[in-house]
Amino acid sequence: MNLAATGMAAAVAIGLVTALLAVVRARPAVVGAGTALTGAAAMAAGAAALSGGSFSLVLPGVLPLSGVALALDPLGGLFVAVTGGVAVAAGIYSMSYVDNPDLRARGVQVALPVFVVAMVLVPAAANVGTLLVCWELMALASLVLVVAEHRRGPEVASAGRWYAVMTHAGFVSVLIGLMVFAAHAQGDSFAALRAAGRQLSPVVAGVVFVMTLAGFASKAGIVPLHAWLPRAHPEAPSHVSALMSAAMVNLGVYGLVRIGVDLLGGGAAWWWLLVLGLGAVSAVYGILQAALSSDLKRLLGQSTTENMGLVLVGVGAAGLFASSGDHALAALSLTAALLHVVGHAAFKTLLFLAAGSVLHATGSRDLDLLGGLRPVMPVTTAAFGLGALAASALPPGTAFVSEWLLLQALIHGLPAGGVGAAIAMPVAVAAVALTAGLAVATFVKAFGVGFLARPRSEAVAGAHESPFTMLAGMGVAALACAVVALWPAAILPAVGAAAGGSAVSGAVTLRLNQVTGALSPLLLTLGLVVAAVVVAGVVRAVAVRRVRREARLWDCGGGPMSARMEYTATSFAEPLQRVFDDVVQPELDVDVSHHQESRYLVQAVEYRRKVPDRVERRLYQPVLNLVTAWGRAGRGLAPGSVHRYLGYGFYAVCGVLILLAVTR
Amino acid sequence: MSALGLVGGVVQPVLIVTGSPLLVGLMRQVRARLEGRAGAGVGQPWRDLRKLMRKERITPRGTSEVFRFAPLVLVATTLVVAVVVPFVAAESAVDPAADLFAVVALLALGAVALALAGLDTGTAFGGMGASREMTILALVEPTLLVAIFALSVRVGSTNLGAIVSSTLHDPSRVISPVSLLAAVALVVVIVAETGRIPVDNPSTHLELTMVHEAMVLEYAGPDLALVELASAMRLSVFLGLLANLFAPWGIAAEATPLALLIGVLALVVKVGVLGGLLAAAEVFVAKLRLFRVPELLAGSFLLALLAVAASFFLA
Repeated sequence: MNLAATGMAAAVAIGLVTALLAVVRARPAVVGAGTALTGAAAMAAGAAALSGGSFSLVLPGVLPLSGVALALDPLGGLFVAVTGGVAVAAGIYSMSYVDNPDLRARGVQVALPVFVVAMVLVPAAANVGTLLVCWELMALASLVLVVAEHRRGPEVASAGRWYAVMTHAGFVSVLIGLMVFAAHAQGDSFAALRAAGRQLSPVVAGVVFVMTLAGFASKAGIVPLHAWLPRAHPEAPSHVSALMSAAMVNLGVYGLVRIGVDLLGGGAAWWWLLVLGLGAVSAVYGILQAALSSDLKRLLGQSTTENMGLVLVGVGAAGLFASSGDHALAALSLTAALLHVVGHAAFKTLLFLAAGSVLHATGSRDLDLLGGLRPVMPVTTAAFGLGALAASALPPGTAFVSEWLLLQALIHGLPAGGVGAAIAMPVAVAAVALTAGLAVATFVKAFGVGFLARPRSEAVAGAHESPFTMLAGMGVAALACAVVALWPAAILPAVGAAAGGSAVSGAVTLRLNQVTGALSPLLLTLGLVVAAVVVAGVVRAVAVRRVRREARLWDCGGGPMSARMEYTATSFAEPLQRVFDDVVQPELDVDVSHHQESRYLVQAVEYRRKVPDRVERRLYQPVLNLVTAWGRAGRGLAPGSVHRYLGYGFYAVCGVLILLAVTR
Repeated sequence: MSALGLVGGVVQPVLIVTGSPLLVGLMRQVRARLEGRAGAGVGQPWRDLRKLMRKERITPRGTSEVFRFAPLVLVATTLVVAVVVPFVAAESAVDPAADLFAVVALLALGAVALALAGLDTGTAFGGMGASREMTILALVEPTLLVAIFALSVRVGSTNLGAIVSSTLHDPSRVISPVSLLAAVALVVVIVAETGRIPVDNPSTHLELTMVHEAMVLEYAGPDLALVELASAMRLSVFLGLLANLFAPWGIAAEATPLALLIGVLALVVKVGVLGGLLAAAEVFVAKLRLFRVPELLAGSFLLALLAVAASFFLA
């Protein structure tokens, strides 16, 4: 039994024991510590699998029909390790975050370790039955956690319904795809599927790919199947938001890579053009929604759609290069995508935990009411600032390294792939660039409006810094962000092993192996620090030595300015909203009421702005309307009269008898 | 790391720091003469900086470290760019950092620091400037990266040293449609990034039109000096980048004093001419309404996309 197997066994055992302890008596400290330990064991197992210690295990009797089969290879190991890392941070954080009766409830406490164990098992599943059971377990456990705070308001229940329906629709789609695949492969183990995958007819392979893609894309929050994500992620408790947004969505990417690249063996170019297109649209649409959002956690959820979109751009480009035979570029592109998965997990955990800390202290996540948190919550502010830098693809940030790799792959891919690539690559670069620009604006807004300046409401003025374990959870995530940002060489060999080819080498300077390109995030950061120190020294030497004086803000002579005169998140995003007017179609509503005496004197002006999700409105609303109409028509059949119901029973029995008489 | 790169890494930042206020002075002087004024002289920006450095430091009430360190970050990012980009010497001092994407991202980082400082003041002006600056930045980014894409595809690398030396060895590339289209797109982008007319007016203090000036309204004394110096440096860096991407001739290819002297003179002349042209053009153009700016940027984006298409289909 090697380290990978021991780690997996320990993760599952600790997780289940924690869940059992929670059944007996739900204590947040024990559940949080157990979850963190589960995560640590999973990290060890993933790291062992990435450095070559794979294992496989078959337990035929545990599950009817197919039995349980587990195996860990480098690809699965990467996702297990990332999930474990997120669980460590979220587990430590939850020890003191869980302090209200809704979150302390037994069912909620049990669901947390079960959710983590299910997420750790999904990438380790080695047959269709195990994958689907773990997938469903993950969905159910997270559903319990999403609706944990259902007493807070009707929007939580609504988020839970959206999530339940979408995740099950996705499950059915994956189920159909994998059933078709298994039927053609004459077996449901991944080994049998892998052997059969290359001999499938193009039509069957295409059906399998599209069905599974739909299911996995809905889990990853890809447009147009993203509607649940900005609802469910913000309404869940913050440590669960971190687990869902940083770990669970990744498994959609895992499924896509496992089925499309590994089991089906690549396939046609149009598959990957589809993936690339979906990724590009999601990236731009997700970040545009985030840029216009003024709800802190919703904004982070929408940014998850964006980042998963970027990952899909990388995966799609990798598939495209592989289908045209350029395996070096395919490895580079897949490395970029998987590094982005790791980086995104790190900074999204940090951002959601910091947002949870704000919510915990102020009770609000509306950016228009926040601000001025720097003096009262210095550590949380620093953590969110670091996360915002990491998310906005600027050096020395986490996302910068992976987006640089992605852009390098796209640039070198132009001469490689023919006319299809010639059209796809520039458009993809433009989409990545627009995403990067909008992400900068989004996170400047989130950090600048949410944390800096002066408080915009009473709740903020009475805020306090969070307890130690919450800060420690953020610290773990911040450390991961810093490692990926400054020393990506520490994890690139592991990512390369998962991507099936080492595309990048070097310790301080990252050098691309097959194409020219080099970047050193560490030297770049060092240069920035040295330059800042030199400038500060020169200014100290040159400027006149006088004590810093505090002065009033410039108020145009109008007296002290109130907090209502500050720019809010809504006003910050207004120019962007105007620029993208045709895309987002915001709803504006201005009510002007006049004094009764004179039409010329304005009594009050009311301004309301709503940015509805346009995709949702066009795509989901008709379906919802249809279902509602159907339900209403169905209600006509049940007026409450017992005679009518007895009549239905009578006619049904008669019908069955006639049917039997005719068919016999 | 070569000797040439090292010398360049020392000479370039010194040249950019000393020369960029003079460039701003030159541009103001050109403008003044064309408008029939006498002008304050080329050295006026340096005199302003000296005056500001002698004033006391002022912290507006309620601002945090973000406000205080933003000028430092702004100058530091521009300084790093001045060190690594091949302006005078054809090789870079820190080659792994001389990547076109990294340079663009560094310059964006400076803009972000200033926007956060604007928000940190909590005044309506600061927020307004930050909001507008970020909107323009978000729209500039695609054009910039696609134009870079067009330029680097034929070289097969985004390393600035590689792009410059490839143009030096094959001068005919400069008049190819790819280069010309990318050049026009980059000019528009640089005008937007450096806050010149028609996107932003550096000499206005009218709240309806301010972008850059609105963000820095609360700065005074040495902090304001740093911000002013940094914006002058950004202008020189962008113009120098434009000059050396499309016309790198004169750049020092070996570490001899004569070659370096020619390199310095070539950069000064190229940037001076570009600055003079920009200033002259500004006299004849009015500032665009803020919400017409996206149309301008969309136009330049189209040109950049055409440049990429040309680089594929004409190759």
